[in-house]
Amino acid sequence: MHSDAIRQILAEHGRLLVDAQKLSDEADLYEAGLTSLSTVNVMLALEEHFDVEFQDQMLGRKTFGSIRALGDAIAQLKPATPPAAQPLQELRA
Amino acid sequence: MNLARRSIQPAVPRDTTFTSLLEKVHALGREVIAPNSDEVDRDARFPREAFEALKAEKLLSAYVPAEFGGLGLSIGEVAKLCETLGQYCASTAMIYAMHQIQVACIVHHGLATPFFRDYVREIVTQQHLVASATTEMGIGGDVRSSICAVKVVDNYFMLEKQAPVISYGAYADAILVTCRRSEEATRNDQVLVLVRQDDCTLKQLSVWDTLGFRGTCSPGFEVKSIGKSEQIFPVPYGEIHAQTQHPVAHILWASLWLGLAGDAMNRARQMVRNEARKTPGTTPISATRLAEADLVFTDFRALVFATLAEYERLLDENDAEAFSHFGFAVRVNNLKLCASQMVLEVVTRAMVICGIQGYRNDSKLTLGRHLRDAMGASLMVNNDRILAQNATMHVGLREAS
Repeated sequence: MHSDAIRQILAEHGRLLVDAQKLSDEADLYEAGLTSLSTVNVMLALEEHFDVEFQDQMLGRKTFGSIRALGDAIAQLKPATPPAAQPLQELRA
Repeated sequence: MNLARRSIQPAVPRDTTFTSLLEKVHALGREVIAPNSDEVDRDARFPREAFEALKAEKLLSAYVPAEFGGLGLSIGEVAKLCETLGQYCASTAMIYAMHQIQVACIVHHGLATPFFRDYVREIVTQQHLVASATTEMGIGGDVRSSICAVKVVDNYFMLEKQAPVISYGAYADAILVTCRRSEEATRNDQVLVLVRQDDCTLKQLSVWDTLGFRGTCSPGFEVKSIGKSEQIFPVPYGEIHAQTQHPVAHILWASLWLGLAGDAMNRARQMVRNEARKTPGTTPISATRLAEADLVFTDFRALVFATLAEYERLLDENDAEAFSHFGFAVRVNNLKLCASQMVLEVVTRAMVICGIQGYRNDSKLTLGRHLRDAMGASLMVNNDRILAQNATMHVGLREAS
């Protein structure tokens, strides 16, 4: 989980109506003032920070529902270990 | 939410019954709605004869599931009813559509609680008309924000709202009002409350004197109500909005605009036939214009059907999350943006075909009211705001769909 980084990004880009630093990982972000439109800015900032790309089918209420849900989404997009480098022969083929 | 039930349990074998219902609505249109529509439009008055007739046919509970005594129609069938009414009086069709949107909110999101189960039975037996108060003074048109908050004490609620518009507010038996969940809640932490006319005082704040949709009687009101807390919907308004209010509104509005455009096409068709009779053996130039107008009309119908088909598929799949996806929200918005322009384009083309007969207010082929009503489609719930929402969502979307 990257709760602190997500919380920081929410504070800067989420246009929340409450202090993002005080939100628990489970708090409902929509109740905290996140709108479907402000999720776009949050998404762009998360993509930049974590070097991931959100898939279109993830752009819904569930993904952005809480800090934990965002952490899970990022974990799903960003495997813990980078994929092994491909052998040169395969690349040449 | 139990959306799936709608398609599983039709009240009656479809086809024949729905076809005969549709014929009945056409008969009401010809005999009751159309004869009063000029007065409704001229005096900006509520189409009471139309609604008495619709209530007599139990059409206000068209979308209530059969197990609660309603007709158990699908959204597609309700859309067809809106289209049909739109051919006779766009104001009547708009009020009918808006009522069905509220009924859909109750049916999709309220039936888990005894209060709303009883209330849908009341809609059936009393043929209640339900209105909506989503916009609020000081908010602009953003229906996903509220200033006012509901106060709950023991088992009672208190609510006050300054609404810049409540269509047919003075004629409704109940109003679904959005507000903040509590005094502490943020402005988009909203709930929906069913406010009964009997428990509520409405102070009219403005006059509804517009170019079109005059019969919807949509002035501003101050709403003050006290009621039982069970009248608050059991799910957040955000869910109701994404799953029902937003898509159903745009589908039913586009459907009634389609009916309005269809009637303009019929008038243009009549004009072309009149001209063809005068010049036997020669196809009049207006027939070519009619063929062109029909291209727009065909596109219009296809667009409504495509969005309707996607929505009905999502209802069948009963996947609550799918409704909140950007792709779906953009497509629903696209329906509003495109249909509101197409209705105006069809009516304008029909006007060119009908010429001075369309332009006159006193001719059989007059299209003045059609034009005034059609203008409202892009202005009521302003297209620019919707386009701005789509623009933002497109920044997030990666693939065209």
